[in-house]
Amino acid sequence: MPKMNIRLSAALPLTLLAPTATAATPVNTSGIAISFFLLFVCTTLGITWWAARRTMTTRDFYAAGGNITGFQNGLAIAGDFMSAASFLGVSGLIFGFGFDGLIYAVGGLAGWPMVLFLLSERLKNLGKYTFADAVSLRLAATPIRCLAASGSLVAVVLYLIGQMVGAGKLIEVLFGLNYSIAVGAVGVLMIVYVCFGGMIATTWVQIIKAVLLLSGATLVTFLVLQRFGFSFDALFRAAIAEHPRQDTIMAPGGLVHDPLSIISLATATMFGTAGLPHILMRFFTVPDAREARRSVFFASAFIGYFYLLTFIIGFGAIALVTGKPDFLDAAGKLIGGDNMAAIHLARAAGGELLLGFMSAVCFATILAVVSGLTLSGASAISHDLYANVFRPGASEQEVVRVSRISTIVLGLISVGLALLFESQNVAYMVLLAFAVGASVNFPLLFLAMYWSRLTTTGALTGGVAGLLTAVGCIVLGPTVWVEVLGNAEPIVPYKYPALFAMVVSFTGSIVVSLLDRSPRAARERAAFRHQYIRSQTGLGSEGATPH
Amino acid sequence: MEELYRRIDADPEFHALSRRRSRLSWALTAVVALSFYSWIFVIAFKPAWFTQTLGPETVITVGVAAGIGVIVLAVTLTGVYIWQANQHFDAQNRKIVAHAKNEHQT
Repeated sequence: MPKMNIRLSAALPLTLLAPTATAATPVNTSGIAISFFLLFVCTTLGITWWAARRTMTTRDFYAAGGNITGFQNGLAIAGDFMSAASFLGVSGLIFGFGFDGLIYAVGGLAGWPMVLFLLSERLKNLGKYTFADAVSLRLAATPIRCLAASGSLVAVVLYLIGQMVGAGKLIEVLFGLNYSIAVGAVGVLMIVYVCFGGMIATTWVQIIKAVLLLSGATLVTFLVLQRFGFSFDALFRAAIAEHPRQDTIMAPGGLVHDPLSIISLATATMFGTAGLPHILMRFFTVPDAREARRSVFFASAFIGYFYLLTFIIGFGAIALVTGKPDFLDAAGKLIGGDNMAAIHLARAAGGELLLGFMSAVCFATILAVVSGLTLSGASAISHDLYANVFRPGASEQEVVRVSRISTIVLGLISVGLALLFESQNVAYMVLLAFAVGASVNFPLLFLAMYWSRLTTTGALTGGVAGLLTAVGCIVLGPTVWVEVLGNAEPIVPYKYPALFAMVVSFTGSIVVSLLDRSPRAARERAAFRHQYIRSQTGLGSEGATPH
Repeated sequence: MEELYRRIDADPEFHALSRRRSRLSWALTAVVALSFYSWIFVIAFKPAWFTQTLGPETVITVGVAAGIGVIVLAVTLTGVYIWQANQHFDAQNRKIVAHAKNEHQT
């Protein structure tokens, strides 16, 4: 049984399973949490109403009119990344295993500088609304857009299901609300934000939530450190004294042991970031490459700060929550599972008021993240597929209408799937979303911008091969083959396929491009100069000052 | 527009700027990737190195300090890049584009 727990928990930061929460004892049914939450919902609905009156064109709907500043966008990007899964999941992992939780924190941050140094400015200079715009500039638009849109949709839908199932479970535990009602409420609010308010509302919901989450986490951390006279050493000593693993929590080895898994996990967290479509899309909400660059700087700073807080919160929970009867259920386990460590700590450090506030912030976090995901899925359907592949001549209003319809359809599908998968382990879906980001979207984007010899045929081969490898490894690996399908031994022993799928994708694209001698390939290579100059200077890019 | 691109491509300043910018980007990427993967490789292959504490009177281990160090380093380097880009690259880029446009008009 303990072994099983370890395996389940290993995927927690990426999803939000609360495996022990099926017969939920609510952590919190206080009016405080509900009041805070209603205040958030009213404010964000007000913003949506305001945003709806400003959302007329496709540029408004997909890119908030290009009017978001670098600082605001940095907060929004950080918000997309600071999901309830990374806050509760990572602090819960640190609570359970100590040091190894830090791998997720460091890996999650280390991808950002790379996005800044290599991708952000070029992406902004080349693209319009989605990353597919940037990669289809010199390659054959129809097949490449289909590939990029599939990569986006697969990543978005899988991530969305993972988040929705996690959200339902989390809200069940936090507020004692029925699972289906919780999922339905999240679905309805998310559709309203995105459908009416487009990117403007989605961005502001994300900014408000990021500020709330950062302030709440800062306050909890401050109160924890105050207990220990602002001495980290005292905090860690108290944690070691409380934790059953004692001083091993300060060193590696609690959670992952196999070297190849550690490296593949690190690769997924680092490169998955650079391939998540809802995050890439945010680079088009700012006016120019300079603001795109500034957004990543602010985003990295906020995310780095956030993970430092999460680390202290995890250890604070070990020191202040472990073994306190207030936070344990009848079986002596933490109420709601390890994922609730940060929430219990909020109560231990700041009483009922802080508990209510942090519970509401977690709900808000889920709403903001699923909204961003839905918007990015709707853009892949309406902008990449409808407006550029199936109906190239479609009018602005028509495309905006299709975006809204796609939002509703995607929202309903994800609610439906979340209800269907209620009692399933959906950890593999989120793992797969990251693997697809790292092995389909990232190689395509990177090679299209940096390697002049990439051809359409090469990109398609690599992308499809990467996708198949990622799906194959997940289905035949421990998460699906053993845990879902109930086989004894996995055919692929590795849980994190990103490393392998990325290598396959890059190799496929490179080898096939080099072998491609078609006239189209020659034209595509020749067009690289033009694309290169545009990516460097911003000349001719969307939203640049008119010439 | 095509003419403008040709002029920029013929401008040695443009190529000098692209080279400088890409040297900085790749150098910083290498530093971040190396420090992150070194940390990961120690965890994967030599975890014992990270179990030592920083000193006799503290319980903070080398692994924790190094992990926090990677986070701080990554954020600092994004700052370095932004500072360089704001100080030099943007102005040079504007000059190159303006130069090409002026030539274009005369």
